[in-house]
Amino acid sequence: MVPQSWYLLLSAALFTLGVAGFAARRNSLVMFMSVELMLNAANVAFVACARAHEPVRGTVYALFVIAIAASEVAVGLALVLALFRLKRTVNADEIRELRA
Amino acid sequence: MDERTGFLLFSAIALVGALNVVLRRNPVHAVLWLVGSFLGVAGIFLTLGSGLLAAIQVMVYAGAIMVLFLFVILLLNLETPRFEGISLARGASLFASAATGLLLLWPFVSDRSLQAPATPAVNLPVTAANVGMTLFQRFAVPFEIVSLVLLVAMVGAIHVARRPRRDEPA
Repeated sequence: MVPQSWYLLLSAALFTLGVAGFAARRNSLVMFMSVELMLNAANVAFVACARAHEPVRGTVYALFVIAIAASEVAVGLALVLALFRLKRTVNADEIRELRA
Repeated sequence: MDERTGFLLFSAIALVGALNVVLRRNPVHAVLWLVGSFLGVAGIFLTLGSGLLAAIQVMVYAGAIMVLFLFVILLLNLETPRFEGISLARGASLFASAATGLLLLWPFVSDRSLQAPATPAVNLPVTAANVGMTLFQRFAVPFEIVSLVLLVAMVGAIHVARRPRRDEPA
């Protein structure tokens, strides 16, 4: 048997990579991919923690996370497309109209 | 293949994929590595005994969502990416993410019960039938809310991404 902490460590590592990608990359598409990494890490933690208690419920929660991730990607990519049409860039540093 | 071998193999795939997502300069390469990472996570779900979730992960994530990313990258037709440079802000953000990682390690220091092997609960096996029953009985209302969220997100995405007509201001 694999200890639960191994799964949680994997989840923490994936989440940290997602945070690093979101913070350090300026390409907004890659930033979205990093958010997906973080959501996946949360799913791993959900399923790993639910295994010792109620495995079915962990799977249901993960399904909800996947559905939310799908809607987030749809809206986010639409925003990136609209921004690119307006500004001809996807670099997050060059989009600063809202900066005071 | 026992659980330990599966875990080590699939977590290596997931982590290498995730690392390359962050490090690749070309977004198309990043998407392809992300698909690899998602397949690794699907394998992790398999070792956790949730084959249904592994199948959904492959179909919805590695299939549908990643194809959406690829289509958008193709639509944008970006020029070859240049090196983004290492600035003070980027160093600070990397430091912040390292701090996040250390913070996530705190439960392993404070909670010794995590070291015990996780024994699978015996009450309900994770089959598609059991997941469906739970989803439509205990979680019926959240399920409907999530379906509404998906619908609204779809309509919103179409509205945001649609080309503005001539007679209306952009």
